[in-house]
Amino acid sequence: MSTLHEFLSRWAGPARWVGLGGAVLVMVAAFLPWAYLPAALDNVTYYGEPSILQWLGFALGFVTAACLVASPILAAKASPRTRRLLNLNRGATAAATASLVYQAIAAIAVALELGGLITLEPGAWLGVVGAAVAALATRALHAGSDARLRYLPTPAWAQILGIVVVLALVLVAAAYGLGLEDPGAFVAFGTFCGLAAWVLARVGIMGWISAAAAANRSALVLASFVVAFVFPFTQNGSDANMSIAAGVLIFAATAMGLNIVVGLAGLLDLGYIAFLGAGAFTAATLSESAFATLGWHPPFPIVMLIAGCVSALLGLLIGSPTLRVSGDYLAIVTLAFGEIFRITMNNLDGSDGPNITRGSNGIPAIPNLDVFGFNFGESHVIAGFDIGRFANYYWLLLLVLALIIVVFVNLNKSRIGRGWVAIREDERAAEAMGVNVFGLKLLAFAGGAFLAGVAGSVKAHVDVSVTPDQYVFMESAFLVAGIVLGGMGTVGGVLVGAAILKLLPEKLRFFEDYRLLLFGLLLIVMMRFRPEGLLPDQRRQLEFHAEDDELAEEADAQALPDLATAGAALSATKEDRA
Amino acid sequence: MTTQVQITDEILVEEPLLSARQVTMQFGGLTAVNKVDLDIHPGEIVGLIGPNGAGKTTFFNCLTGMYQPTAGQVLFAGAVLPPQPRKVAVAGVARTFQNIRLFHNMTALENVMVGRYARTKTNAIEAILRLPRHRREEAETREVAQQWLDFVGLGDAAESLSRNMPYGDQRRLEIARALALEPKLLLLDEPTAGMNPQETREAEELITRIRGLGMAVLVIEHDMRFIFSLCDRVACLVRGEVLIDDVPEVVQNDPRVIEAYIGSPVDMPGEQEEAPRPDVSTLAPSKPVLEFPPNAINPIIGHRTKPGGRKDA
Repeated sequence: MSTLHEFLSRWAGPARWVGLGGAVLVMVAAFLPWAYLPAALDNVTYYGEPSILQWLGFALGFVTAACLVASPILAAKASPRTRRLLNLNRGATAAATASLVYQAIAAIAVALELGGLITLEPGAWLGVVGAAVAALATRALHAGSDARLRYLPTPAWAQILGIVVVLALVLVAAAYGLGLEDPGAFVAFGTFCGLAAWVLARVGIMGWISAAAAANRSALVLASFVVAFVFPFTQNGSDANMSIAAGVLIFAATAMGLNIVVGLAGLLDLGYIAFLGAGAFTAATLSESAFATLGWHPPFPIVMLIAGCVSALLGLLIGSPTLRVSGDYLAIVTLAFGEIFRITMNNLDGSDGPNITRGSNGIPAIPNLDVFGFNFGESHVIAGFDIGRFANYYWLLLLVLALIIVVFVNLNKSRIGRGWVAIREDERAAEAMGVNVFGLKLLAFAGGAFLAGVAGSVKAHVDVSVTPDQYVFMESAFLVAGIVLGGMGTVGGVLVGAAILKLLPEKLRFFEDYRLLLFGLLLIVMMRFRPEGLLPDQRRQLEFHAEDDELAEEADAQALPDLATAGAALSATKEDRA
Repeated sequence: MTTQVQITDEILVEEPLLSARQVTMQFGGLTAVNKVDLDIHPGEIVGLIGPNGAGKTTFFNCLTGMYQPTAGQVLFAGAVLPPQPRKVAVAGVARTFQNIRLFHNMTALENVMVGRYARTKTNAIEAILRLPRHRREEAETREVAQQWLDFVGLGDAAESLSRNMPYGDQRRLEIARALALEPKLLLLDEPTAGMNPQETREAEELITRIRGLGMAVLVIEHDMRFIFSLCDRVACLVRGEVLIDDVPEVVQNDPRVIEAYIGSPVDMPGEQEEAPRPDVSTLAPSKPVLEFPPNAINPIIGHRTKPGGRKDA
């Protein structure tokens, strides 16, 4: 690889022009048809009239070209300080590579959906070839050091504006992506979103955004909440999409509770889904379903509390004997507990035990919630928008999720959160410092269980029926995977992880048989390239990349005097002379 | 049980803060600590020396509740110390570890704030609802932790991750974390292991200042110059038993101590040929023989310090 790079770097000058040529080909390809029939990728068959997905391909090509053109101009005209804000060469390489991946996935999707490479029209071929040329050529460019845009002093209003723009883009992308019926189109669009984030990170813009987000935390929280709140209005009363969104929120709320146990206290719990199940079963048996076995129907807020308490009690019950073991042993014990829960629920059917859960039939026909006269089952029209049943539940879940996040954040920032992290870091040292290790572990376990129980009580009403087979081990594994994927111990990370893990299987029904394979691959790739998760907390990022940072700082320390003295001349020789 | 105070006359008058009585620790057939008596008085710095394997750390673990002594008991401020590290810490005995055990992915300040855990009372509900006590204690904890960091000289390093700190600073941070418990007795397990002479002098100065706060200190150490210039009293532990417990001048000239460290002059003729037997006077404080030579590669430093060396803060 490095020899290839050495070979290519001799051709840095010409490579810029070749890369530019490739990028132009990609842009031209967007105006040509990609497929023979309109069935694939939401119709990409027209001449001169690109569909949205083709415009996205055009955008990647355009960014490649723009980076290639702007990089030498920036190097020649701007002051050394300004020049180091953005890394356009790296951006060009990333955009060209992203282009290649996007064009290839689009071509493969068309070929798969329409049956063979023969169905590809010249546009698809041209896009792949152009992107391949650009990707190869841009590898020859001098990579340069990390962009420093994140250190650019920016007024607060500009930072907040940046946050709002990014969140608005997220909202538009989420609304558009959920609306895509065609699996190929969804995959292509999802890939594009990931690639776009990566390209922005390489150029240096992502660094600025994360710095802005860190500096304006309350604005970020408020804006994200508004975006999440507004989301149902973009769906035109589509219950299908809103049911997926509600599913994402349930998953996120449960994962957030698990995040206390795994992310903060460092206790690997592989049976956590049982606590969600306990909450759901409690709510179901206390609901007004004709099949509810207990004759008592308290109002829903009380049911929520009871469900949380039942789960927390279960957490205490399972925690007090098992929390004396740690590490792998705890994982095994909790895994077994999850299975015991499911089997017990299967057996409380009146023949093997008391009839509480009606065994494997579960409790169906759970009626919609009716809280303070507001019926969650009815459609409403708000400001001209249709708000369906799932949108109602979506808002309720959003409220529950917000409460759980508040609990998580406030605990994390207290002496209790510090105690948990200390236990995660070094249990014996924590104990010698007077930290109540066992009590705090138990609190993490029971507290996490309580939150899962509350989430479960809403889930029972959203799902209409509760059966034991919804609470299998695989679901616990997905919860842990969501936390690992997003970033342990963080709020944003868990939300992103939950959205990805819940959204993919819903939209990729055709891929159902290979779902686990896909997740396995995803986790392996994550562990290799970004073990701290997609949105890690800064501590963990340092943990995994401390050496990279030190190297970068050393490089900076060496580079800065250079720039100050013979800066312009030196970097001009190092820079390719295009 | 009667007290068996066998110490020098001038401190006999005070009630001991910590008093180990006939502490015995057996692992199967092995007696690691055998009937050890040791008293520590308020404001006193006591050194615990002894050759490797003499049972110093085992005795330490008996004091801190990591082990429950097979026989005997440990009294602290008149009450028996429970054999649980947490309760020992809460009672007012804080410790550091021989191999540094910081919370590596927490900042220096957060490490010290963990030390305040047992001295604060906010419960989960108060933390979730951010009730007044939580806010008050949180501000207080932060302030006190910063004060202890300043005390050990790490005030500027509050926001650095403890794993990225230089070795000597990590040692001092561990002491600050223990001090945050506001203990009456501080137990230091080889606080200067792997330090260079400059850092050792700073540690000595730090421990003297800790005594100035009215805390008693018990130090395990192999650096004889450090021990004899710092401690009010030195106990020498050999094969699990207290050989001698007296003021430094007496201990360092005691022939039994010298014998325990470097062997008797008479009964080991053949084996001493390669290493010439040191003069008795080499154990005097001015000529340390048992610390690492200044330029030797210390295996502990080799693992712990970053190649880049100290940072400038």
